[in-house]
Amino acid sequence: MNECPLTEHMRPDGGYLSIKEYEEKGGYRAARKALQGMTPKEVQQLVKDADLRGRGGAGFNTGQKWGFVPPADSSVRPRYIIANADEMEPGTFKDRMLIEGNPHQLIEGMIIGAFATHSDVAYIFLRWAYKLAAKRLEEALSEAYAKHYLGKNIFGSGYDLEMYLHTGAGRYICGEETALLNALEGKRATPRAKPPFPIVSGLWGKPTVVNNAETFSNVQHIINNGATWYKSLSRCADGGTKIYGVSGRVARPGWWELPMGTTIRELVEEHAGGMKDGYRFRSVIPGGASTEFLTVEHLDVPMDFESVQRAGSRLGTGMMIVIDDRTCMVGAVHNLLQFFAQESCGWCTPCREGLPWIVDTLNAIENGQGRAEDLEMLDSHTDLLWLNKTFCALAPGAMEPLKSALTLFRDDFMRHITEKRCPWR
Amino acid sequence: MLTENEREELEKELGRHELKSSASVEALKIVQRYRGWISDESLRDTAVLLEMTPEELDSVATFYSMIFRRRVGRHVILVCTTISCWVVGYEGLLNYLHARLGIKPGETTADDRFTLLPIPCLGACDGAPAIMVDETLYTNVTEKSISEIIEKYE
Ligand SMILES: Cc1cc2nc3c(=O)[nH]c(=O)nc-3n(C[C@H](O)[C@H](O)[C@H](O)COP(=O)(O)O)c2cc1C
Ligand code: SF4
Ligand code: FES
Repeated sequence: MNECPLTEHMRPDGGYLSIKEYEEKGGYRAARKALQGMTPKEVQQLVKDADLRGRGGAGFNTGQKWGFVPPADSSVRPRYIIANADEMEPGTFKDRMLIEGNPHQLIEGMIIGAFATHSDVAYIFLRWAYKLAAKRLEEALSEAYAKHYLGKNIFGSGYDLEMYLHTGAGRYICGEETALLNALEGKRATPRAKPPFPIVSGLWGKPTVVNNAETFSNVQHIINNGATWYKSLSRCADGGTKIYGVSGRVARPGWWELPMGTTIRELVEEHAGGMKDGYRFRSVIPGGASTEFLTVEHLDVPMDFESVQRAGSRLGTGMMIVIDDRTCMVGAVHNLLQFFAQESCGWCTPCREGLPWIVDTLNAIENGQGRAEDLEMLDSHTDLLWLNKTFCALAPGAMEPLKSALTLFRDDFMRHITEKRCPWR
Repeated sequence: MLTENEREELEKELGRHELKSSASVEALKIVQRYRGWISDESLRDTAVLLEMTPEELDSVATFYSMIFRRRVGRHVILVCTTISCWVVGYEGLLNYLHARLGIKPGETTADDRFTLLPIPCLGACDGAPAIMVDETLYTNVTEKSISEIIEKYE
């Protein structure tokens, strides 16, 4: 049996895990331990040693990131910490499951993270669509305040922290950490230039730590059990377990907490029960819409940051979408790019103008009106919208599935063009 | 004109913020809860309270897909149109809703009962296809279950 620290205490009936139940299972012990007996530096170091890498997509070492905050005696106040639970990456639903199943786990992880980074105010930035998660977080926050685990002088340590829930109003770009800051300030949520990074100048120009909700949910387990234990949960160099998910035409779509480094094959064949009758595996997007396609030859790739990167993609959110042999790859890419074109914030020209152009071209190809030179035009866009050519990472993220599809499934594109129709329809 | 109730709720929300304009999204959501959508008039009235120009507030309002700057029906049906739902065929559902309600995405039925909107991933991809009606999520929907679901909304 695998150890599942993140999910083991969730109620099997999917109900709300109250503060009482959470504490009976050891909840808030780690926060008490950290605030009463550790220094912020010690917490940072422990989390760094545990090799907890950010679960929001980029995989930055969390303890290391916390080490970049200005020193405790800096007079720049207040300082902020934010849990990013905007989760709008198509194919991804892990933060929702974590919050619905155990909202106090996120709150406790954030208290410890806030203490480690000398933060005064914490926000949970939650996607608007997550109504049940919002309701449970509100309830959990008021329970935590009632017990004085939030507010003034938490656990008698002299440390104060206020925590608020903010729900969005529907725009993918708000998950990008600097756009998120503008959203919280009540401005139009376009991204900001980096540097300065939020950790130096974030919300209202004050130092701000942004981490993914799953990242925070790991922290108390590291405090309770140590870095060596945390690393032993994993099958690779990155620490811990991961929430993985599989959707598409598999027998049992779902999500599971498994050791970091579980292979694509195990996820698809064992946990998701293989393909649905009558369908064969063709391809997979390993970590949400903005990651490169992988194919059958990559089934044994372990789902960790390094291995997926070596295979030519990214772990991303670790929530994979399986594409079967009866689904048109051009159609799949068209659907993905439509999402990115719609969600482009419009701030910079290559993204605002380039993405709709790509969508129109893919639409034409899909409908049998494509020309051979269209493929070269698409190729050139994967370069024109690549890293450092657009203001933020949305556009390069959109290019990842496109670029990989143009390489891996070029024949499919060609067939649409020569047969003047979609062969899958 | 904002009503007494709206004004009271807005003042309460604004009191929580150091800078009033930082409550723009919350304020728009409050007004929308009362009126279903944000008209030019309510936008202007809300902007005054937020100490923003109407243009500034509109730049926020128009940014978000869940702030409605046009009138919507009594119930909003959101159909997920992104990848996991696409793979399992959301398009058939949209066609079914089109046939059943006589409206295309973005339109409202003549009796103001439903507005139909496409929406990106609802975070329920293991239950694709997924839809949301007002605040309620429905997963693994079929034509048959959708037809029963919409009967529940007057
Ligand atoms: C377009 C875009 C959307 C993003 N959406 C999210 C999101 O919904 N949730 C999230 O945690 N990170 C998202 N990110 C990544 C964040 O900017 C940031 O890197 C992350 O929250 C850091 O947390 P971590 O270090 O714990 O991974 C997004 C990035 C981009 C470019
Ligand atoms: S890349 Fe796209 S989303 Fe990012 S700033 Fe430019 S227009 Fe906005
Ligand atoms: S893609 Fe439809 S719910 Fe995620």
